[in-house]
Amino acid sequence: MYGKGLRALSISTVAVMALALALVFFYAPLEADQGFLQKIFYVHVPLAIVSLCGFVIGGLFAIAHLRTRDPRWDMRSYVAIHMSLIFGVATLITGSIWAKGSWGHWWAWDEPTLVSFLIVFLLYATYQPLRFAIEDPERQARYASVFAITAGAFVPLNFIAVRAATAYVHPRVLGATSNLPSQMALTFVVSLIAVALLFTTLFKYELTAKHVRSQLRALRRLADRRAGTAEPVRRARSAAPGAYPAPTIGAPATGGR
Amino acid sequence: MRRTVGALLRKELLVELRTLESVPAMSLFAVTTFVVFHFALQRSSVDGDLAAGILWVTLLFAAILGINRLFVADADQGGFDAFLLAPVERTALLVAKALALLAYLVVLELVAVPAFALLLLGPPLGQAMPDLLGVLALGDLGVAAIGTLVAALAVRTRARDLLGPLLALPLLVPIVIGGARATSPLLALGHAGDPPGRWLLTLGLYDLVFGLIAYALFDFLLED
Amino acid sequence: MAGVQVEGLSRHYGEREALDGVSLSLSEGQTLVVFGPNGAGKTTLLRVLATLLRPHAGEVRVLGSSLPGDAWEVRGRIGLLGHEPLLYRELTARENLRFHARLHDVAAGRVEELLARVRLEHRADEPLRSLSRGMVQRVAVARAVLHDPELLLLDEPWANLDPAAVELVDPLIGAESDPARPRTRVICSHDPSGGLAEADVVLGLRDGRQALLRGAGDVSPEQIAELYR
Repeated sequence: MYGKGLRALSISTVAVMALALALVFFYAPLEADQGFLQKIFYVHVPLAIVSLCGFVIGGLFAIAHLRTRDPRWDMRSYVAIHMSLIFGVATLITGSIWAKGSWGHWWAWDEPTLVSFLIVFLLYATYQPLRFAIEDPERQARYASVFAITAGAFVPLNFIAVRAATAYVHPRVLGATSNLPSQMALTFVVSLIAVALLFTTLFKYELTAKHVRSQLRALRRLADRRAGTAEPVRRARSAAPGAYPAPTIGAPATGGR
Repeated sequence: MRRTVGALLRKELLVELRTLESVPAMSLFAVTTFVVFHFALQRSSVDGDLAAGILWVTLLFAAILGINRLFVADADQGGFDAFLLAPVERTALLVAKALALLAYLVVLELVAVPAFALLLLGPPLGQAMPDLLGVLALGDLGVAAIGTLVAALAVRTRARDLLGPLLALPLLVPIVIGGARATSPLLALGHAGDPPGRWLLTLGLYDLVFGLIAYALFDFLLED
Repeated sequence: MAGVQVEGLSRHYGEREALDGVSLSLSEGQTLVVFGPNGAGKTTLLRVLATLLRPHAGEVRVLGSSLPGDAWEVRGRIGLLGHEPLLYRELTARENLRFHARLHDVAAGRVEELLARVRLEHRADEPLRSLSRGMVQRVAVARAVLHDPELLLLDEPWANLDPAAVELVDPLIGAESDPARPRTRVICSHDPSGGLAEADVVLGLRDGRQALLRGAGDVSPEQIAELYR
C-alpha cells in the first residue's frame, strides 16, 4: 500500500528537478541589480512555501488522527512535520545566503517572510523534544497531534502578524510573481513544482520505510511468540511514532459531552 | 458548566491563597527584572518603543512562571483522575484554569505596572492609563488561553519546566507584537497618542482564534 | 444484568499488552476480587472500568452502558479508590470533600456526615499534609463514596489502615448497604484469604492475561498464591 507508485514519483521528481535547474541556469535572465546570486530565489522561496505547506498539512493529518485514533495518521503527521523541518533549515540557510549576497547582512529583520519563518521554525523545533518527553506511545501521538494542530493554525496567523509589523524596505517576493517577467515566472513555477515533488517523494519514502520496519518488527515478535522465545518488550524511548495496532473500537463522540 | 467552573475556580484560588506559589513569584520577578533592565540598558528612564518593549517582555516572562505552575498541583496531588471521574464537562477545567491564570496576570499587572512607572518609565502614565489597561486586558486574554493549553500539554511530560516556555514563547510572539505596537504610542514622550486600531484588532482576533482552538483541543489532553 | 460485563478486553501500552483478552461477568450487587502480581494489569483493569482508560479492543459494559462510547452516562455513578488519595495536600479535609461534593452535585450535609463516620470531624480543618497517612486514606475513602456510587472500584483499600480504621471504613465500602440500591464492587487485593472472604467472583491476572476466573466458592487461597509464583 505504501510502496506503490514510488518509482514513477521518483522519476518524475528527478525529471522536473533537472528541468528546473536547466531553466534556472540557462533560461531565466540575470536580474539587473542582484546578479547571479538572485537565482537563489528560485530555491529559497519554493523551499519556504513547501515547508510552510508541509507544516499545515501535518496539522491536517493530526486532525484526522484525533478523529479516527488511527496511528497511521499520526505517522503521516510526524513525517510531514519532520520533512518540513528539514526543508525549513534549508530555507533559513538559503535565505541567509541571499540576504548576505543582496543586502550585505546575514539576517534581515525587514523581510517578513524570513522572520515569521524563523518563529515558526523555533516552534516546530520543539515538536520532537515534546514527543520524546512522553513515553506512552498513544499519549505521545495524541499530544503531538494537539501540538501539530495548534502550530498549524499558528503558521498563517503568525505570518499575517509579522507581515503587518514589518516595514517593507525590500521587495516582497511572494506577491511579486505577477510582476515577474514571464521567463522568471515560468522558472519560478517549475522550481516550485520541483521542490513540491521532492517533498512528496521524500515523504513517501520515509513513510514506507517506517511502515516496513514496523511490519518487520511485528512479524519478528509473532515468530518469537510462536517459537516460545518471546522476550518482554523493551523498546527504547523514541520520539518517532511506534507502530502499535490501531484500536478496533472507533472513536466515540468526545467524552465529557 | 457554570457551576463546575465555579467549583474548580474556587478550589484553584483557594490552593493559590494557601500556597502563594504563583502570584508573589510572578510579581517579584517582574520588579526584579525592571531593576535588571535598568542596569543592562544603563538607562534610568525609557519611553515609547523601548518602554513598551521592556514592559511586554517582562510581563511575558513573568507569565511563563505562572504558566509553568498552573497544572502542577493537579498532576502531582489532586490528580486529574478525580476531575475525570466527575459527571461534568471536561472543558470546564480549561475555562476555570484560564480564568485563574487571567486573575494571576491581573494581579501581576497591578504590581508590575506601577513598579514600571516608578522605576523606569519616563513620561507620566495618567492619561494613557485606561488605554493601557485595555491593551493589557486584550493581551492577557490571549496569554491565558494559550498559556493554559500549553501548560496542560507540558505538565504530563518529562521535561515539563523546559517544554512549557519553549512551546509558549513562539505562540505568544504575535501577542507581543500586537501588544508592544499598541502600547508604544501610549508611552511616548510628549503627547501620548492612541493605540492604532489595527493592533487592537490583531490582538482580539488572535485571542479569539486560539481561544477556540484551545476549547476544541483541550479534551484530548485529559483523557488516556 | 447490569453490573460489569467484559468480553475480550485488551489494552496495549505501545507494543506491550497491558491487558490481553480479559473476559468476566459480574452481576449487580456482587463483588469481584482481582489477584495478581505487580504489573499483571490489575490497576489497568480498574482504570478501564472507571472510564479513565479506553479499551483498545473488546467489549466493556459497566452498569449497563458501553465503554468508551457511553462513558459519560456512568461517570457519576462510579467511585474509585486508587493508590493515590486524589486529594490536595494544602487544602483541609473539609475543603477537599466539599470540592468533590460540588463536582458531583452532592449536598454539603453529606460531607459532614462522612467526616463524622470516619471520625475526622475534629481534624477536618487542618491541611491534609499535617495528617497521618492513615487519616488521609480515611478521607480518600470518604471521597470515593461521597456520591453514593453504584459501582465501587477499590485498589488495595485496606493498605495504610490500622485495625481501628479498618472497622470505620468497612461499612462505607462494604457490600451490605441499602438493599434497594445494590452495590457492585471490584477490589484489587494482595491478600489471598482476606480478599477471598470478600469475593463472590475471583479473577487472577498474570502478564495481562487471565490465569483464572472462578466463583469464590471454587477457589482456595493456595491456588491464588500460585499466581504469584
